[in-house]
Amino acid sequence: MWLLPILIVLPTVLLSFPLGRYLAWIMDGKYKTPAAFRWVERQLNTGPQNWKQYAISMLLFSTVMFVFGYLVLALQPMMPLNQKDSVFPDGKGMLSPTTIFNTVTSFMTNTNLQHYSGEQHLSYYSQLVFVLWNMFTSAAVGFCALAAIIRGLRSDPHMGNYYLDMWRVVVYAFVPIAVLTGVPLMASGIPMTLEPAAEAVTVQAGAMGTDTVDGKDVPKPQVIARGPVAAILPIKHLGTNGGGFFGANSAHPFENPTSWSNWLECISILIFPFSLVVMFGRMLKQERHALVIYGVMMTMFVGMIGWAVYQDTLKPNPGLLAHPERTVKVPGADEKVAAPLAALPVDQSGVGNLEGKELRFGPSAGATFSAVTTAVTCGSVNCMHDSLNPLAGITPMTGMMLNCVFGGKGVGMINMLIYLVIGVFLAGLMVGRTPEYLGKKVEAREMKLAMLAFLIHPVMILGPTGLFAALDWGKAATNNPGPHGFSEVLYEFTSASANNGSGFEGLGDTFGFNDPKKNLSTPAPYSPHWDIATGLVMLISRFIPIIAPLALVAGLAAKKKTPFTSGTMRTDTFTFGVVLLGTVLLVGALCFLPAGVLGPVAEHYGPMPFGR
Amino acid sequence: MAELMTAPAPSGIDPNEAKMARRLSRRQGLFAPELLKTAFRRALVMLRPDILWKNPVMFVVEVGTVLSILYTFYKVVDPGSTLATLGYLIALDVWLFLTVLFANFAEALAEARGKAQADALRKTRQETPAFRVRNGERGARNGESDFFSSALHAPHSAFEETVSTALLAGDLVVIDAGELVPSDGEIVAGVASVDESAITGESAPVVREAGGDRSGVTGGTRVLSDRIVVRVTAAAGKSFLDRMIALVEGAARQRTPNEIALSLVLSAFTLIFLIVVAALWPMAAHAEDYMKGYVGAESLKSLGTDIPTLVALLVCLIPTTIGALLAAIGIAGMDRALRANLIAKSGKAVEVAGDIDTLLLDKTGTITLGNRRATNFVPLDTLAATEVGYLAALASAADETPEGKSIVELHRRTPGSGPAVPSPGARFVAFTAQTRMSGVDLPDGRVIRKGAADAVIKHVRAQGGTLPLLLDEQVNSFAGQGKTPLLLAEGNKVVGLIVLEDILKPGIKERFDRLRKMGIRTVMVTGDNPLTAQSIAAQAGVDDYIAEATPEAKLAYIRKEQHGGRLIAMMGDGTNDAPALAQADLGVAMNSGTQAAKEAGNMVDLDSDPTKLIEVVEIGKQLLMTRGALTTFSIANDLAKYFAIVPALFAGTLPWLKAIDVMDLKSPTSAILSAVIFNAIIIPLLIPIALKGVTYRPVGADALLRRNLLVWGLGGVVVPFIGIKLIDWVLVGIDVVVTGAGLPSFL
Repeated sequence: MWLLPILIVLPTVLLSFPLGRYLAWIMDGKYKTPAAFRWVERQLNTGPQNWKQYAISMLLFSTVMFVFGYLVLALQPMMPLNQKDSVFPDGKGMLSPTTIFNTVTSFMTNTNLQHYSGEQHLSYYSQLVFVLWNMFTSAAVGFCALAAIIRGLRSDPHMGNYYLDMWRVVVYAFVPIAVLTGVPLMASGIPMTLEPAAEAVTVQAGAMGTDTVDGKDVPKPQVIARGPVAAILPIKHLGTNGGGFFGANSAHPFENPTSWSNWLECISILIFPFSLVVMFGRMLKQERHALVIYGVMMTMFVGMIGWAVYQDTLKPNPGLLAHPERTVKVPGADEKVAAPLAALPVDQSGVGNLEGKELRFGPSAGATFSAVTTAVTCGSVNCMHDSLNPLAGITPMTGMMLNCVFGGKGVGMINMLIYLVIGVFLAGLMVGRTPEYLGKKVEAREMKLAMLAFLIHPVMILGPTGLFAALDWGKAATNNPGPHGFSEVLYEFTSASANNGSGFEGLGDTFGFNDPKKNLSTPAPYSPHWDIATGLVMLISRFIPIIAPLALVAGLAAKKKTPFTSGTMRTDTFTFGVVLLGTVLLVGALCFLPAGVLGPVAEHYGPMPFGR
Repeated sequence: MAELMTAPAPSGIDPNEAKMARRLSRRQGLFAPELLKTAFRRALVMLRPDILWKNPVMFVVEVGTVLSILYTFYKVVDPGSTLATLGYLIALDVWLFLTVLFANFAEALAEARGKAQADALRKTRQETPAFRVRNGERGARNGESDFFSSALHAPHSAFEETVSTALLAGDLVVIDAGELVPSDGEIVAGVASVDESAITGESAPVVREAGGDRSGVTGGTRVLSDRIVVRVTAAAGKSFLDRMIALVEGAARQRTPNEIALSLVLSAFTLIFLIVVAALWPMAAHAEDYMKGYVGAESLKSLGTDIPTLVALLVCLIPTTIGALLAAIGIAGMDRALRANLIAKSGKAVEVAGDIDTLLLDKTGTITLGNRRATNFVPLDTLAATEVGYLAALASAADETPEGKSIVELHRRTPGSGPAVPSPGARFVAFTAQTRMSGVDLPDGRVIRKGAADAVIKHVRAQGGTLPLLLDEQVNSFAGQGKTPLLLAEGNKVVGLIVLEDILKPGIKERFDRLRKMGIRTVMVTGDNPLTAQSIAAQAGVDDYIAEATPEAKLAYIRKEQHGGRLIAMMGDGTNDAPALAQADLGVAMNSGTQAAKEAGNMVDLDSDPTKLIEVVEIGKQLLMTRGALTTFSIANDLAKYFAIVPALFAGTLPWLKAIDVMDLKSPTSAILSAVIFNAIIIPLLIPIALKGVTYRPVGADALLRRNLLVWGLGGVVVPFIGIKLIDWVLVGIDVVVTGAGLPSFL
């Protein structure tokens, strides 16, 4: 039960220290460029950049990625490697324009919110050229931004060079480690092939249904999707991307075949976000301070795992239990009597809620994975989050709402920096001085930028959630009415705004191919609304919370450093850790408590069965 | 603070204690009735939106209140518009209105206190007659000083009689004994004793004279003896006091950098909560829609879509507590400075005081008691100690400096010594900065000189004399003990040493220890030589010292420290201190000092008390701490309010959410009202803290943070849970009484 989380977290922590040092070494350019790369690095290095130049380079790069991605997906039918199989005899068509917008935005912002199903809607070419490329580069964007921010915090004369940083991250960090983890993953059974989907004759004839050919019923073969999965899988996790090759993501046996591939995937999700905190301390030469941040994040992370496992693996699925008769009386309406329910003859002791879980990973693997993937905004899933016990569903939502429990590549640390500035401002005043962070005074400009970066996230979650919950856009798109349906809406926008990309599912947000006749299932009626709304949320929540902190630290860098005295509030003590933890939890709770109560909490206390 | 101020004095009445007592006597009760009346009237005026919009948090509350009142009217017109009872809506309106009113009241009360303080000062600003020297006569004479001294002796009729308010900067006025000084100015001729009690409260008169560093006079003080000629430095209404009065009254109050930053944070939180609450309306509508289907009702209403209730939630969530008290905290900070007899030229000056890293403290008066005293005569030649004492006393007979007097005094106290009276015809040589010696030329041809060691050695060498063996060692050994050795020479012989010693103020070392705990470096500034300075510095426990300090050395030191990112505070009085006062981040000029010094500094200390620097720092820290503590408290409060309000909002749609109502409040409406009432009454309850400031303890930052975090952070989370529950009980009690009397329930 608890062994799996321990086996995941402990080695990752141990690995994160050497890796963090290595990353600091790389980002500080202390390595000796291999001869083969010298020319490339010279071309990429356009010179030192200030924060504006750095931000513009980042936006420029992202714009180019967007245009490129849009072209690749829009021209999918004309591109090579568009394998044909019996389900798609003409190969994959063009996705609907709104879905392309959503998908391109989603991969450019490292979100990987998928309003499509990989095996149904994307060709191998799109997977390799669009998905794979974006997974390497979009993950590096946040990483680079963090490096620039650290340089600002330590008052370097400039923020570094965006293009060079991007190169360093991808070539010296992502590629080697992706290759390293790819090999054992392939060994565990993940396919790596350009062959089209395999077709198999089922043992029981007609198990997949029948086709009528010339008036006779012919049993359908089973079409087993496959492809160059192993190419994508390592970086899917290492880059906290989370976009699955298959719709079922890491619950699919070809993306996550065994319990130990599951273990390795969990570690590769966590390793970079853990290491980046170490890198932060190393580059700043504030290792004790970084350790405090590490500790605060770890406390929240352990809490998230603990809560999920406790609520989901140690508690039975309430849907299978007996429920007494329950009378619901609200003012202005007649009493409603929910009939008693008898328990189903299922023994859930020791395994907890198994709905939507992959048993091959072990009983607590689903709950653990849900915490892992949302803490660091990866978004890969190995179980159905929709089927978690209601209260256990709080864990993934909390991870994404706080968005700083290690958080996404680089951006998690940047988000934590915003909480740090808010915490330092309040606590700093309480020691009777103008608040200062790392010796730099935190004044009006800093607070303006910090609050701007901060309020984007709650605004982008709560605003659209309210809008969609009240309109048919949301109500008609959810599989379940009431609090559970509300959770589905809330989760979707939280995932988009946190650039996470996982889904609570149960939400009708897939349109599919532009030509509706090509679709296996009818397009969801409100899917364009979802495509556009989540697309915009992803864009805004990605770039403003990166650019505002860049501007913030650039301002700090220009300030004079105040010497450290015993009157200065220390940022490397246990007390400060408490301040930081308190700030994150309190401010986070104040923003999201009502929404959380209306979703998972209302569902938990509500009558059984849910719905009408 | 009180502890710091009452360091035990060696004997007699402790001057610090006396000062404290005086200040206490000036202090008015926080809620003196006449202040309350003014504040209440002003609070009503401040309801005007054009005034209130400057405080975004409270402005949002006001707009929400108006909205809520409109919906209440709508309820009267269409009773079916909401589930809420009319009584509940009216109670909500009243308490929302009171929230704004309490906030205004807090600010108005702080202003009123400042104003009362300012009025006391303004009494000294009444129109007084003034005798202006006619400008036409100027320049007719030879030099300026001749002109000034002629004014000193001219009859009253020679001057133009006018009033203080008509004076302009640069005018010359003549003030006779018994007259009030009409305006701030600088004495250009004459010397007088001046009663400054109107400003400082100190009853003992002080001497003010032309030239030097004691030439400043303040308007409203009274000349007790002699006539002085004063050049007016500030036109009526432009003096420091006028500026300070405007500042404490709030009229000229500009928001300080930290206040602006904090307001930004508060506005951002307001915006966030506005969105949280705005988004809650459609979310509640979603729940209503669902429940309608679930229970099969035609229509369903919950408080979650009731606008006044959502306004109530918003008001509870946005940081109204600190939003209401922020201005009051700032004004109270200025007011506290004024109560300590410090005139701050801006609110920023008080705030900066909290950030000070280094204090430059003058040795004399701050670290040591008054001046050095002679404690020993050491013979260096064939003479006996008493004979050395005799010669020293002769040389000092006309020396009016405290050191000179102490030499005569020491000689008189020495047993077996005769009176040292120089024979008539003796010529006294005064100390000058060039010779750095003083002494006497006796009629019998003997030349006696005393002075700094190197000066006397030079003098003796020039006379062709020889120096005793081991002279340097002797001199250095005394200097090394923190004593000042003066050499005494008769003719071309060095005959002895006069040892002067500094007496440390009692308790000074402990005080510096405490400053160190606060993270403040202390630097002693002295004219002594490095050896002496080092020794006194070690005895007093200061962190650093500037020996043989010249104004340039002070300035250089300040620049060096600032280059390292430190903020420096210093106190000064002389004109030559002005550059350093201007350069320092916090320059406190003594009121007795020159006009140039007062112009250069950003505070003026009416008591001219060098230890005031320490107090200034504490006032500044207290100001910032109070802001931080109340902001944390305000935001931490919100958690409990959620637990009260959220279940209440959805009692009509998701009744099972009652499970999270940990306070177990009576009914949805009583829960919401309790939260709103708690939110409102916490404002007046915290006014005393805002005005007096959170207690500052000179402990390290970490200990301070832990303490404040516990009191204001954890306290901020816990207190409202208790408060809201208590208010709920009271409300239910009242409701039971009301319904018992046959009136409809308001809950």
